[in-house]
Amino acid sequence: MRSGARARNHPAFWAFLVHRLSGILLAAYLPVHFWVLGMALHHAAGLDAFLRWTDQPLVKFGEWGLVLMLAAHLAGGLRLLALEFLPWRDWQKSLAAAAAGAALVVSLAFALAL
Amino acid sequence: MIYAVHSGLGAAQILARTQGSLVWLAFYGVFLLAVVVHVPIGLRAVLSEWLGWRGRSRDAALAAFALALAGLGGRAILGVFG
Amino acid sequence: MSVLRVRVWRGAEQGAYQAFEVPRQASQTVLDVVTYIQRALDPTLAYRFACRVGMCGSCAMTVNGIARWTCRTHVDKVAADGVLEIGPLANLPMVRDLVADMREFFDKWARAKGRFSGTRTRAEDFARVAPHSAARRDVDAAIECIGCGVCYSSCDVVAWNPDYLGPAALNRAWTLLRDERDGTRTARLHAVAGEAGCHACHTHMSCTERCPKHIAPTAGIAGLKRELARAALHGEL
Repeated sequence: MRSGARARNHPAFWAFLVHRLSGILLAAYLPVHFWVLGMALHHAAGLDAFLRWTDQPLVKFGEWGLVLMLAAHLAGGLRLLALEFLPWRDWQKSLAAAAAGAALVVSLAFALAL
Repeated sequence: MIYAVHSGLGAAQILARTQGSLVWLAFYGVFLLAVVVHVPIGLRAVLSEWLGWRGRSRDAALAAFALALAGLGGRAILGVFG
Repeated sequence: MSVLRVRVWRGAEQGAYQAFEVPRQASQTVLDVVTYIQRALDPTLAYRFACRVGMCGSCAMTVNGIARWTCRTHVDKVAADGVLEIGPLANLPMVRDLVADMREFFDKWARAKGRFSGTRTRAEDFARVAPHSAARRDVDAAIECIGCGVCYSSCDVVAWNPDYLGPAALNRAWTLLRDERDGTRTARLHAVAGEAGCHACHTHMSCTERCPKHIAPTAGIAGLKRELARAALHGEL
Protein backbone atom coordinates (compact mmCIF):
# COMPACT_ATOMS: atom_id res chain seq x y z
CA MET A 1 0.00 0.00 0.00
CA ARG A 2 1.29 3.47 -0.81
CA SER A 3 0.96 6.53 1.40
CA GLY A 4 -1.41 9.09 -0.01
CA ALA A 5 -0.68 12.57 -1.26
CA ARG A 6 -2.38 13.85 1.88
CA ALA A 7 0.53 12.55 3.95
CA ARG A 8 2.95 14.76 2.00
CA ASN A 9 1.12 17.99 2.64
CA HIS A 10 3.67 19.76 4.84
CA PRO A 11 6.36 22.44 4.34
CA ALA A 12 9.45 20.26 4.53
CA PHE A 13 8.13 18.08 1.74
CA TRP A 14 7.37 21.09 -0.45
CA ALA A 15 10.90 22.34 0.23
CA PHE A 16 12.23 18.97 -0.97
CA LEU A 17 10.08 19.07 -4.08
CA VAL A 18 11.17 22.60 -4.98
CA HIS A 19 14.79 21.62 -4.41
CA ARG A 20 14.55 18.50 -6.56
CA LEU A 21 12.51 20.03 -9.41
CA SER A 22 14.69 23.14 -9.58
CA GLY A 23 17.76 20.90 -9.64
CA ILE A 24 16.38 18.86 -12.52
CA LEU A 25 15.53 21.98 -14.52
CA LEU A 26 18.97 23.47 -13.89
CA ALA A 27 20.65 20.20 -14.88
CA ALA A 28 18.70 20.27 -18.14
CA TYR A 29 19.57 23.93 -18.73
CA LEU A 30 23.32 23.80 -18.06
CA PRO A 31 24.40 21.99 -21.27
CA VAL A 32 22.43 24.59 -23.23
CA HIS A 33 24.14 27.41 -21.34
CA PHE A 34 27.60 26.00 -22.01
CA TRP A 35 26.73 25.35 -25.65
CA VAL A 36 25.66 28.95 -26.17
CA LEU A 37 28.77 30.39 -24.57
CA GLY A 38 30.88 27.99 -26.60
CA MET A 39 29.34 29.49 -29.74
CA ALA A 40 31.52 32.52 -29.08
CA LEU A 41 34.47 30.41 -30.09
CA HIS A 42 33.35 29.33 -33.53
CA HIS A 43 30.11 31.12 -34.29
CA ALA A 44 30.44 34.64 -33.01
CA ALA A 45 27.78 35.78 -35.44
CA GLY A 46 25.54 32.94 -34.27
CA LEU A 47 26.04 34.02 -30.67
CA ASP A 48 24.98 37.55 -31.51
CA ALA A 49 21.92 36.31 -33.34
CA PHE A 50 21.06 34.09 -30.40
CA LEU A 51 21.48 36.96 -27.95
CA ARG A 52 19.18 39.11 -30.08
CA TRP A 53 16.63 36.29 -29.90
CA THR A 54 16.86 36.36 -26.12
CA ASP A 55 15.68 39.96 -26.12
CA GLN A 56 12.11 38.73 -26.57
CA PRO A 57 9.90 39.14 -23.46
CA LEU A 58 9.01 35.44 -23.33
CA VAL A 59 12.68 34.51 -23.24
CA LYS A 60 13.33 37.17 -20.63
CA PHE A 61 10.59 35.58 -18.57
CA GLY A 62 12.26 32.22 -19.02
CA GLU A 63 15.57 33.69 -17.90
CA TRP A 64 13.88 35.08 -14.82
CA GLY A 65 12.50 31.61 -14.19
CA LEU A 66 16.00 30.14 -14.43
CA VAL A 67 17.35 32.63 -11.92
CA LEU A 68 14.44 31.75 -9.65
CA MET A 69 15.33 28.06 -10.01
CA LEU A 70 18.95 28.78 -9.18
CA ALA A 71 18.09 30.94 -6.18
CA ALA A 72 15.56 28.37 -4.94
CA HIS A 73 17.98 25.48 -5.35
CA LEU A 74 20.78 27.37 -3.64
CA ALA A 75 18.58 28.51 -0.79
CA GLY A 76 17.17 25.00 -0.36
CA GLY A 77 20.68 23.58 -0.34
CA LEU A 78 21.81 26.04 2.30
CA ARG A 79 18.74 25.13 4.36
CA LEU A 80 19.76 21.45 4.20
CA LEU A 81 23.34 22.22 5.18
CA ALA A 82 22.08 24.24 8.14
CA LEU A 83 19.71 21.43 9.18
CA GLU A 84 22.40 18.80 8.94
CA PHE A 85 25.42 20.57 10.35
CA LEU A 86 24.08 23.04 12.86
CA PRO A 87 22.65 21.89 16.20
CA TRP A 88 19.05 20.71 15.76
CA ARG A 89 16.25 23.09 16.51
CA ASP A 90 12.58 22.52 15.93
CA TRP A 91 12.02 25.53 13.71
CA GLN A 92 12.84 23.96 10.38
CA LYS A 93 9.62 25.31 8.91
CA SER A 94 10.94 28.83 9.42
CA LEU A 95 14.09 27.70 7.72
CA ALA A 96 12.11 26.53 4.71
CA ALA A 97 10.27 29.83 4.63
CA ALA A 98 13.49 31.81 4.93
CA ALA A 99 14.97 29.82 2.08
CA ALA A 100 11.94 30.51 -0.08
CA GLY A 101 12.12 34.18 0.80
CA ALA A 102 15.78 34.43 -0.05
CA ALA A 103 15.15 32.76 -3.40
CA LEU A 104 12.41 35.21 -4.21
CA VAL A 105 14.52 38.21 -3.24
CA VAL A 106 17.37 37.22 -5.49
CA SER A 107 15.05 36.59 -8.42
CA LEU A 108 13.31 39.91 -7.93
CA ALA A 109 16.65 41.68 -7.86
CA PHE A 110 17.46 40.00 -11.13
CA ALA A 111 14.13 40.90 -12.61
CA LEU A 112 14.64 44.51 -11.59
CA ALA A 113 18.03 44.50 -13.24
CA LEU A 114 16.52 43.55 -16.57
CA MET B 1 24.52 37.50 -12.92
CA ILE B 2 23.07 40.83 -11.84
CA TYR B 3 26.41 42.43 -12.69
CA ALA B 4 26.47 40.77 -16.09
CA VAL B 5 22.92 41.79 -16.93
CA HIS B 6 23.59 45.41 -15.98
CA SER B 7 26.76 45.57 -18.02
CA GLY B 8 25.06 44.26 -21.13
CA LEU B 9 24.51 40.93 -22.81
CA GLY B 10 25.62 41.51 -26.38
CA ALA B 11 28.36 39.21 -27.65
CA ALA B 12 30.87 42.04 -27.77
CA GLN B 13 29.97 43.15 -24.25
CA ILE B 14 30.25 39.63 -22.82
CA LEU B 15 33.60 39.08 -24.46
CA ALA B 16 34.86 42.47 -23.33
CA ARG B 17 34.26 41.37 -19.73
CA THR B 18 35.64 37.86 -20.02
CA GLN B 19 38.43 37.79 -22.55
CA GLY B 20 41.76 37.69 -20.79
CA SER B 21 40.13 38.16 -17.41
CA LEU B 22 41.79 35.91 -14.85
CA VAL B 23 39.19 36.83 -12.28
CA TRP B 24 36.44 35.60 -14.57
CA LEU B 25 38.43 32.50 -15.43
CA ALA B 26 38.90 31.61 -11.77
CA PHE B 27 35.23 32.27 -11.00
CA TYR B 28 33.85 30.33 -13.94
CA GLY B 29 36.41 27.55 -13.56
CA VAL B 30 35.34 26.91 -9.99
CA PHE B 31 31.70 27.06 -11.08
CA LEU B 32 32.34 24.49 -13.80
CA LEU B 33 34.12 22.16 -11.40
CA ALA B 34 31.30 22.46 -8.89
CA VAL B 35 28.72 21.74 -11.58
CA VAL B 36 30.53 18.69 -12.98
CA VAL B 37 30.71 17.18 -9.48
CA HIS B 38 27.36 18.26 -8.04
CA VAL B 39 24.92 17.73 -10.91
CA PRO B 40 25.56 13.99 -11.45
CA ILE B 41 25.41 13.34 -7.70
CA GLY B 42 22.04 15.06 -7.52
CA LEU B 43 20.70 13.32 -10.61
CA ARG B 44 21.82 9.95 -9.25
CA ALA B 45 19.19 10.08 -6.51
CA VAL B 46 16.51 11.30 -8.92
CA LEU B 47 17.22 8.48 -11.39
CA SER B 48 17.16 5.73 -8.79
CA GLU B 49 14.18 7.03 -6.82
CA TRP B 50 11.88 8.28 -9.55
CA LEU B 51 12.89 6.15 -12.52
CA GLY B 52 14.03 3.05 -10.68
CA TRP B 53 17.32 3.16 -12.57
CA ARG B 54 20.07 1.66 -10.43
CA GLY B 55 23.41 -0.06 -10.87
CA ARG B 56 26.35 0.30 -13.20
CA SER B 57 24.45 1.46 -16.28
CA ARG B 58 23.04 4.40 -14.37
CA ASP B 59 26.45 5.36 -12.98
CA ALA B 60 28.05 4.99 -16.41
CA ALA B 61 25.40 7.25 -17.95
CA LEU B 62 26.00 9.84 -15.21
CA ALA B 63 29.76 9.69 -15.73
CA ALA B 64 29.17 10.27 -19.44
CA PHE B 65 26.92 13.24 -18.62
CA ALA B 66 29.60 14.65 -16.30
CA LEU B 67 32.17 14.35 -19.09
CA ALA B 68 29.78 16.04 -21.52
CA LEU B 69 29.28 18.92 -19.09
CA ALA B 70 33.03 19.22 -18.58
CA GLY B 71 33.58 19.20 -22.33
CA LEU B 72 30.91 21.74 -23.12
CA GLY B 73 31.98 23.91 -20.21
CA GLY B 74 35.63 23.75 -21.19
CA ARG B 75 34.70 24.74 -24.72
CA ALA B 76 32.68 27.64 -23.34
CA ILE B 77 35.65 28.80 -21.27
CA LEU B 78 37.94 28.57 -24.29
CA GLY B 79 35.49 30.46 -26.43
CA VAL B 80 34.94 33.22 -23.97
CA PHE B 81 38.26 33.61 -22.22
CA GLY B 82 40.83 32.74 -24.81
CA MET C 1 -27.79 8.67 15.20
CA SER C 2 -25.63 9.34 12.16
CA VAL C 3 -23.73 6.77 10.23
CA LEU C 4 -20.14 6.53 9.07
CA ARG C 5 -19.39 5.31 5.57
CA VAL C 6 -16.26 3.24 6.00
CA ARG C 7 -14.15 1.66 3.28
CA VAL C 8 -11.83 -1.06 4.56
CA TRP C 9 -9.08 -2.78 2.61
CA ARG C 10 -9.72 -6.51 2.21
CA GLY C 11 -7.32 -9.06 0.84
CA ALA C 12 -3.63 -8.49 0.33
CA GLU C 13 -1.75 -6.95 -2.62
CA GLN C 14 -4.61 -8.31 -4.72
CA GLY C 15 -7.58 -6.86 -2.96
CA ALA C 16 -10.13 -4.08 -2.81
CA TYR C 17 -11.90 -1.74 -0.46
CA GLN C 18 -15.12 -3.03 1.03
CA ALA C 19 -17.80 -0.62 2.19
CA PHE C 20 -19.45 -0.77 5.60
CA GLU C 21 -21.86 1.43 7.49
CA VAL C 22 -20.97 1.98 11.11
CA PRO C 23 -23.11 3.81 13.68
CA ARG C 24 -21.39 6.96 14.84
CA GLN C 25 -20.73 7.38 18.55
CA ALA C 26 -19.39 10.17 20.71
CA SER C 27 -15.62 10.03 21.31
CA GLN C 28 -15.36 7.17 18.84
CA THR C 29 -11.89 6.19 17.68
CA VAL C 30 -10.97 4.55 14.39
CA LEU C 31 -10.06 1.41 16.35
CA ASP C 32 -13.59 1.41 17.75
CA VAL C 33 -14.87 1.49 14.18
CA VAL C 34 -12.70 -1.43 13.08
CA THR C 35 -13.64 -3.39 16.18
CA TYR C 36 -17.34 -2.79 15.51
CA ILE C 37 -17.00 -4.01 11.94
CA GLN C 38 -15.23 -7.20 12.98
CA ARG C 39 -17.61 -7.97 15.83
CA ALA C 40 -20.95 -6.95 14.37
CA LEU C 41 -20.61 -6.94 10.59
CA ASP C 42 -17.83 -9.18 9.30
CA PRO C 43 -15.91 -11.54 11.62
CA THR C 44 -13.42 -12.40 8.87
CA LEU C 45 -11.80 -8.94 9.08
CA ALA C 46 -8.16 -9.24 10.20
CA TYR C 47 -6.53 -6.44 12.17
CA ARG C 48 -3.98 -5.88 14.95
CA PHE C 49 -4.36 -4.18 18.28
CA ALA C 50 -3.19 -4.72 21.83
CA CYS C 51 -3.26 -2.04 24.50
CA ARG C 52 -5.87 0.20 22.75
CA VAL C 53 -4.66 3.14 24.89
CA GLY C 54 -1.81 4.55 22.82
CA MET C 55 1.16 2.76 24.33
CA CYS C 56 2.03 -0.21 22.16
CA GLY C 57 1.72 1.03 18.56
CA SER C 58 0.17 -2.25 17.36
CA CYS C 59 -2.95 -0.62 15.91
CA ALA C 60 -1.13 1.55 13.40
CA MET C 61 -2.97 1.69 10.07
CA THR C 62 -3.45 4.01 7.10
CA VAL C 63 -6.44 6.24 7.79
CA ASN C 64 -7.59 8.48 4.92
CA GLY C 65 -4.15 8.17 3.38
CA ILE C 66 -2.15 8.95 6.54
CA ALA C 67 -0.47 6.50 8.91
CA ARG C 68 -1.89 6.79 12.41
CA TRP C 69 -2.49 4.91 15.66
CA THR C 70 -6.14 4.04 15.26
CA CYS C 71 -6.75 3.85 19.02
CA ARG C 72 -5.61 7.45 19.37
CA THR C 73 -7.38 8.80 16.30
CA HIS C 74 -10.79 10.21 17.00
CA VAL C 75 -13.23 9.80 14.15
CA ASP C 76 -14.32 13.43 14.53
CA LYS C 77 -10.78 14.50 13.73
CA VAL C 78 -10.37 12.57 10.48
CA ALA C 79 -13.83 11.95 9.11
CA ALA C 80 -15.44 15.36 9.16
CA ASP C 81 -17.58 14.44 6.17
CA GLY C 82 -18.57 11.06 7.62
CA VAL C 83 -16.27 9.10 5.29
CA LEU C 84 -13.38 6.91 6.42
CA GLU C 85 -10.92 4.93 4.38
CA ILE C 86 -8.84 2.40 6.33
CA GLY C 87 -5.98 0.31 5.03
CA PRO C 88 -2.87 -1.46 6.31
CA LEU C 89 0.36 0.45 6.90
CA ALA C 90 1.98 1.58 3.66
CA ASN C 91 5.43 0.55 2.43
CA LEU C 92 5.11 -2.92 3.90
CA PRO C 93 3.96 -6.22 2.40
CA MET C 94 0.40 -7.06 3.32
CA VAL C 95 -0.52 -10.15 5.28
CA ARG C 96 -4.27 -9.76 5.07
CA ASP C 97 -6.80 -6.94 5.29
CA LEU C 98 -5.44 -4.42 7.79
CA VAL C 99 -2.43 -6.47 8.86
CA ALA C 100 1.00 -5.52 7.47
CA ASP C 101 4.06 -7.74 7.52
CA MET C 102 6.48 -5.99 9.86
CA ARG C 103 9.44 -8.27 9.30
CA GLU C 104 11.42 -6.06 6.93
CA PHE C 105 10.89 -3.13 9.31
CA PHE C 106 12.64 -5.04 12.09
CA ASP C 107 15.19 -6.62 9.76
CA LYS C 108 16.33 -3.14 8.79
CA TRP C 109 16.49 -2.21 12.48
CA ALA C 110 18.98 -5.06 12.90
CA ARG C 111 20.88 -4.08 9.73
CA ALA C 112 21.35 -0.59 11.13
CA LYS C 113 22.96 -2.21 14.19
CA GLY C 114 20.02 -1.05 16.26
CA ARG C 115 21.01 -3.23 19.16
CA PHE C 116 22.93 -2.23 22.26
CA SER C 117 26.20 -4.00 22.93
CA GLY C 118 27.82 -3.21 26.23
CA THR C 119 31.47 -3.30 27.12
CA ARG C 120 31.26 -3.87 30.86
CA THR C 121 30.82 -7.08 32.80
CA ARG C 122 28.86 -7.75 35.97
CA ALA C 123 32.13 -7.54 37.85
CA GLU C 124 32.41 -3.84 37.13
CA ASP C 125 30.53 -0.95 38.60
CA PHE C 126 27.52 0.65 36.85
CA ALA C 127 28.26 3.07 34.07
CA ARG C 128 27.70 6.61 35.23
CA VAL C 129 26.00 8.64 32.54
CA ALA C 130 25.48 12.33 33.21
CA PRO C 131 21.79 12.93 32.46
CA HIS C 132 22.34 16.45 31.19
CA SER C 133 25.31 15.74 28.97
CA ALA C 134 24.80 16.65 25.33
CA ALA C 135 25.01 13.01 24.31
CA ARG C 136 22.46 11.84 26.85
CA ARG C 137 20.05 14.63 25.92
CA ASP C 138 20.29 13.51 22.29
CA VAL C 139 19.48 9.96 23.38
CA ASP C 140 16.57 11.04 25.58
CA ALA C 141 14.99 12.98 22.73
CA ALA C 142 14.86 9.87 20.56
CA ILE C 143 14.71 6.89 22.90
CA GLU C 144 10.95 6.58 23.33
CA CYS C 145 10.43 4.85 19.98
CA ILE C 146 8.24 1.76 20.32
CA GLY C 147 8.70 0.49 16.79
CA CYS C 148 5.15 1.13 15.59
CA GLY C 149 6.14 1.66 11.97
CA VAL C 150 4.21 4.90 11.37
CA CYS C 151 7.36 6.80 10.36
CA TYR C 152 8.50 4.00 8.05
CA SER C 153 5.07 3.96 6.53
CA SER C 154 5.06 7.70 5.98
CA CYS C 155 8.48 7.92 4.35
CA ASP C 156 8.56 8.44 0.60
CA VAL C 157 12.21 7.42 0.37
CA VAL C 158 11.25 4.06 1.84
CA ALA C 159 8.69 3.77 -0.94
CA TRP C 160 11.16 4.85 -3.63
CA ASN C 161 14.24 2.98 -2.39
CA PRO C 162 13.62 -0.60 -1.22
CA ASP C 163 17.01 -0.85 0.48
CA TYR C 164 16.62 2.31 2.57
CA LEU C 165 16.87 1.44 6.25
CA GLY C 166 14.20 3.94 7.16
CA PRO C 167 13.67 6.53 9.89
CA ALA C 168 13.03 4.21 12.84
CA ALA C 169 16.11 2.05 12.34
CA LEU C 170 18.32 5.07 11.77
CA ASN C 171 16.82 6.88 14.74
CA ARG C 172 17.60 3.91 16.96
CA ALA C 173 21.14 3.70 15.56
CA TRP C 174 21.53 7.37 16.48
CA THR C 175 20.50 6.78 20.09
CA LEU C 176 23.06 3.99 20.35
CA LEU C 177 25.76 6.07 18.72
CA ARG C 178 25.20 8.70 21.37
CA ASP C 179 25.13 6.12 24.14
CA GLU C 180 28.56 6.31 25.73
CA ARG C 181 28.22 2.76 27.08
CA ASP C 182 27.85 1.15 23.65
CA GLY C 183 30.90 -0.46 22.08
CA THR C 184 30.14 -0.88 18.39
CA ARG C 185 30.63 2.66 17.09
CA THR C 186 32.66 1.90 13.96
CA ALA C 187 30.54 -1.01 12.82
CA ARG C 188 27.40 1.05 13.34
CA LEU C 189 28.80 4.00 11.38
CA HIS C 190 29.47 1.65 8.48
CA ALA C 191 25.99 0.19 8.79
CA VAL C 192 24.22 3.53 8.53
CA ALA C 193 26.30 5.09 5.77
CA GLY C 194 25.59 5.06 2.08
CA GLU C 195 22.70 4.75 -0.33
CA ALA C 196 20.69 2.49 1.97
CA GLY C 197 21.61 4.50 5.04
CA CYS C 198 21.27 8.01 6.31
CA HIS C 199 22.52 9.59 3.08
CA ALA C 200 19.35 8.50 1.31
CA CYS C 201 17.28 10.72 3.59
CA HIS C 202 16.14 13.83 1.75
CA THR C 203 14.71 15.57 4.80
CA HIS C 204 11.08 15.30 3.72
CA MET C 205 10.38 15.15 7.46
CA SER C 206 7.20 13.13 7.02
CA CYS C 207 8.52 10.85 9.76
CA THR C 208 8.85 13.75 12.19
CA GLU C 209 5.48 15.09 11.10
CA ARG C 210 3.69 11.79 11.79
CA CYS C 211 5.49 10.23 14.74
CA PRO C 212 2.87 9.67 17.48
CA LYS C 213 5.55 9.99 20.14
CA HIS C 214 6.78 13.30 18.70
CA ILE C 215 10.23 11.99 18.02
CA ALA C 216 12.14 13.66 15.19
CA PRO C 217 13.95 10.91 13.29
CA THR C 218 15.11 13.64 10.90
CA ALA C 219 17.15 15.10 13.74
CA GLY C 220 18.76 11.75 14.47
CA ILE C 221 19.48 11.16 10.79
CA ALA C 222 21.02 14.62 10.50
CA GLY C 223 23.15 13.68 13.49
CA LEU C 224 24.25 10.50 11.76
CA LYS C 225 25.26 12.50 8.69
CA ARG C 226 27.27 14.83 10.91
CA GLU C 227 28.95 11.95 12.72
CA LEU C 228 29.82 10.25 9.46
CA ALA C 229 31.31 13.43 8.04
CA ARG C 230 33.34 13.89 11.20
CA ALA C 231 34.48 10.27 11.22
CA ALA C 232 35.46 10.42 7.57
CA LEU C 233 37.51 13.56 8.16
CA HIS C 234 39.28 11.95 11.10
CA GLY C 235 40.07 8.83 9.13
CA GLU C 236 37.91 6.70 11.37
CA LEU C 237 36.09 5.01 8.51
